[in-house]
Amino acid sequence: MEKFTTHTGTGLPLRRSNVDTDQIIPAVYLKRVTRTGFEDGLFAAWRKDPHFVINQPAYDGATVLVAGPDFGTGSSREHAVWALMDYGFKVVISSRFADIFRGNSGKAGLVAAQVTQDVVEQLWKLVETDPTTQIIVDLQERTIQADALTAPFEIDDYTRWRLLEGLDDIGITLSHEEDVTAYESRRPAWKPVTS
Amino acid sequence: MGRTLSEKVWDEHVVRSAPGEPDLLYIDLHLIHEVTSPQAFDGLRLAGRAVRRPDLTLATEDHNVPTLDWDKPIADPVSRTQVETLRRNAEEFGVRLHSLGDVEQGIVHIIGPQLGLTQPGMTIVCGDSHTSTHGAFGAIAFGIGTSEVEHVLATQTLMQARPRTMAVTVNGSLPAGVTAKDLVLTLIAHTGTGGGQGYIVEYRGPAIEELSMEARMTICNMSIEWGAKAGLVAPDQTTFDYIKGRPQAPTGDDWDAAVTHWKTLLTDEDAVFDKEIVLDASEMTPFVTWGTNPGQGVQLSASVPHPEDFEDEGDKVAAQKALEYMGLEAGTPLREVKVDTVFVGSCTNGRIEDLRAAAEVLKGRHVASDTRLLVVPGSVRVRLQAESEGLDVVFKEAGGEWRGAGCSMCLGMNPDQLQPGERSASTSNRNFEGRQGKGGRTHLVSPLVAAATAVSGTLASPADLPPLG
Repeated sequence: MEKFTTHTGTGLPLRRSNVDTDQIIPAVYLKRVTRTGFEDGLFAAWRKDPHFVINQPAYDGATVLVAGPDFGTGSSREHAVWALMDYGFKVVISSRFADIFRGNSGKAGLVAAQVTQDVVEQLWKLVETDPTTQIIVDLQERTIQADALTAPFEIDDYTRWRLLEGLDDIGITLSHEEDVTAYESRRPAWKPVTS
Repeated sequence: MGRTLSEKVWDEHVVRSAPGEPDLLYIDLHLIHEVTSPQAFDGLRLAGRAVRRPDLTLATEDHNVPTLDWDKPIADPVSRTQVETLRRNAEEFGVRLHSLGDVEQGIVHIIGPQLGLTQPGMTIVCGDSHTSTHGAFGAIAFGIGTSEVEHVLATQTLMQARPRTMAVTVNGSLPAGVTAKDLVLTLIAHTGTGGGQGYIVEYRGPAIEELSMEARMTICNMSIEWGAKAGLVAPDQTTFDYIKGRPQAPTGDDWDAAVTHWKTLLTDEDAVFDKEIVLDASEMTPFVTWGTNPGQGVQLSASVPHPEDFEDEGDKVAAQKALEYMGLEAGTPLREVKVDTVFVGSCTNGRIEDLRAAAEVLKGRHVASDTRLLVVPGSVRVRLQAESEGLDVVFKEAGGEWRGAGCSMCLGMNPDQLQPGERSASTSNRNFEGRQGKGGRTHLVSPLVAAATAVSGTLASPADLPPLG
């Protein structure tokens, strides 16, 4: 995973709450067995509407998605994170994230920055007034800055550290393999097995 | 201070804990299906890693599979490739797989309990958000993404921050004709889709204790629809009776040792939950959704709400958008909403008790002339059981279609899909835009409401149907 320290880019205002992962990428796009190339499935149904915000040329090249509350609810599909990243997003800002989406983002390298709804509203106004507004997301300091606005965001310490260092979870866990083996030796014999 | 059930199960699985880090949890059972696993197996291959515990791993084919012609190759080449990829991966990494055509094949969350693999006090994960189903047995069970699937395959562990705890206490008893599905839909309408975020929830109280295992599974299944990390129910005699004698259940002395342990899996009297919600089951009635998330629901006896009814500005906008998508007018009584397709099935309501409930309503009746009824058992074993009881005949005589096992019309990934604009009453778990097929409109209901709706052609409960003469 690439290290993430600070990102500067323009924002895409998505004025919707409860954006579930079926909307981020519909199930038909999940039949692939590859890990890249999901950008065509991003918001596939909504993108058919020429007025949908992602289709407005002013927001071409946006890398920071600013969304309503309860972003990423529903299905556990990590493809939702991959689709956002494949399309070019580096950061999603919302006042509430679904747990699985938040976890998947941290694993794949997308920053899920949680702010108050008031900050979301201010960012929406800024990027709707001027789509070229630069949003600076500083993971080290956990701040978002755009125009005159500076606001803190929440991300858990451990995920922040992993993203800053670009670390692979499996590698970290395998460094504790002795603990895993010791645990396995204590497991009760009556626990079920599949073979 | 005492501990809650979920804290006890969590503590038993901590492999390593360090300040400032998530706990490293041991995973007792890893369930796998074709959609969220291929990239994880690829990751193992790239890193030259093996599956650490194939003996704690089980795979099945469910999301992509057709429910007709299951003895033939899958027609859609993309779906076929994904299923064949799972078969190759299972073979290469030594994972037990129940393929299409196998008697143990079925929806991943139906077959775990059916095989007796799902037991109290376990940690169970799967790359599927409805893994919460297994919590009905007093297990901590939750959905994970593909990166975490790879992590579990490689290490049999997961790094997880300890969630907060919540109790959902349901007093009273469900009235006749009101089901576990109505209970959980009522709860989600109460909390909204984000109400459970960050919590492991214990469903408890007299109304929960009275429920069968299958009904408890329906409730735990939908924990994710209100955002909970996991949902569980304390194991009791109902749980032990359900497990005993199943293929992977402990036997002999192991059974006694297991039950002795399982009986300790109760929330202590002096334990404190971080939050509690209290509901009264005796006030509940059949419940349906009208919108495009599972929290947008009302009693069947109510009308489609007006966006102005909502105080929160965001909820108003969401309601307006939902009504537009659903093609509904505010103020319309839900009982007047005409339905094109009724779907009975899914990991929420595709078990034998669900099919029995639907058949009881349909026996001697006929599906409305311009309504289609699709009945899809959750597993091959459920199909065979239903056929041995003659339920398939009841469905077919009523004018319904009787299919093979799979996720079917719960999600638009296999041939069973709604057409654009088509309206369904569905016993599944999600009414998101396009969930059952592009442009499809979904009303979530119980199996009883589904069956009555099929007969009436409009949303209905069995009590709304004319008595059989």
